[in-house]
Amino acid sequence: MKKVKYQEIVMQTKIACLKMAYDLPEDVQAKLEAMRLEEDAILAQEMLDIIIENAKIARLESRPMCQDTGMVICFVKMGQDVQIEGGSIEAAINEGVALGYDEGFLRKSVVNNPIDRINTKNNTPAVVHFEVVEGDDFILEFAAKGFGSENMSQLKMFPPAAGLAGVKEFVKKVVIEAGPNACPPIIVGIGLGGTFEKCALMAKKAAIRSVADVNPNETLAQLEAELLTDINELGIGPQGFGGKTTCLKVNIEMYATHIAGLPVAVNINCHAARHVKVVF
Amino acid sequence: MSKIQINTPLSKDTLQSLKAGDQVLLSGIIYTARDAAHARLIAALDNNETLPFDIKDQVIYYVGPTPTKPGQAFGSAGPTTSYRMDAYTPRLIEEGLVGMIGKGKRSQEVKDAMKGKAIYFAAVGGAAALMGKCVVSAEVIAYDDLGAEAIRKLEVKDLPIIVINDLLGNDLYLSGQAAYLESKGDK
Ligand code: SF4
Repeated sequence: MKKVKYQEIVMQTKIACLKMAYDLPEDVQAKLEAMRLEEDAILAQEMLDIIIENAKIARLESRPMCQDTGMVICFVKMGQDVQIEGGSIEAAINEGVALGYDEGFLRKSVVNNPIDRINTKNNTPAVVHFEVVEGDDFILEFAAKGFGSENMSQLKMFPPAAGLAGVKEFVKKVVIEAGPNACPPIIVGIGLGGTFEKCALMAKKAAIRSVADVNPNETLAQLEAELLTDINELGIGPQGFGGKTTCLKVNIEMYATHIAGLPVAVNINCHAARHVKVVF
Repeated sequence: MSKIQINTPLSKDTLQSLKAGDQVLLSGIIYTARDAAHARLIAALDNNETLPFDIKDQVIYYVGPTPTKPGQAFGSAGPTTSYRMDAYTPRLIEEGLVGMIGKGKRSQEVKDAMKGKAIYFAAVGGAAALMGKCVVSAEVIAYDDLGAEAIRKLEVKDLPIIVINDLLGNDLYLSGQAAYLESKGDK
């Protein structure tokens, strides 16, 4: 049986929060640089240069790349043979978030509930999802999600007759409606199938997946490529000023669904796509 | 692409010279305000109170910065999405506001209110470390209890922004995409 200490989770969470704020993941950085070379609209090129330069400043000077340092999401993958010593996982994650956001001078953007809207002053609680698996893996996958892009996300329960054509139209509609608000270039995470909540969760997982990933499911890999082309032909461009670099990557997650349904969720992530994976 | 240097407060001549799509480097004093601060500004006007700063010919930046680290002049400070301020904006333009910096499209009401009077600029969403470094000095001047949403008086140097809506009603969010698609169609 693997044992993980409460304090270890606190510390790793804190480090993850700081890293996310200052250090744009390499996969995103590499994709931005590659697409900058392909961009031919002048203002679009300048915007991509500024975004790339910003990531460099953030990393070198430990300044948050974006002032919206986000709400923390954590996907916990936990083997049945793992034992946590000293407290609950969720409490440890929240303690780590509070420490990280305080020490790192990150913005505290979380309010206690959507009615009273009182700032909790330490960016907690995080949104924590659990998945129990066989064995003794213990993996925390973090994302810091800004709400400019989160607010532009949508879910729709289609009838099966809508088919793939309906799905594609919907994805494009969501991207068009998001326009400049989601700080393009964006990453589009799509959940396909499942139930209402499963679909949204898959979209989130897809939105924070690496942009360097190739989908192991060939049908999905092809659909991702087609949608990426469609989206980038819209001409929205970086910051919505026109250009071909609207979307860095489309990621899709799929699950079984009901004979009567075709749920589709589109979760938009911005170019400040902050994600960190911690393997214990 | 050459960049136009402008200074606040913005004169009528400066406002008239700016066109949608222009890249601008802005220097001088600007004020920060986002959702909660806007609600209070409007409440103050409704109660016939004076605003915490003289808004005439001024520029508001929609931003909720990160806390300032010791040894730095200011935290990270990129734009927040502007449509959330749309409900309040026409009233502030009536009071003399001539410039807004944010990101994302504005409502038709705001665009109508801006015509001939005010300019809407976009800052680069997500490039907050770079923009925070353009802030030379900062001071909270009102609503301190709002934390990141308090109104701050900022002195900025060469803040990189882009004209979205000019005085004539042009809109880069419409024309930029259209121009790009047209250029592709021509090939
Ligand atoms: S959408 Fe992303 S890049 Fe834009 S302001 Fe929000 S967190 Fe920052």
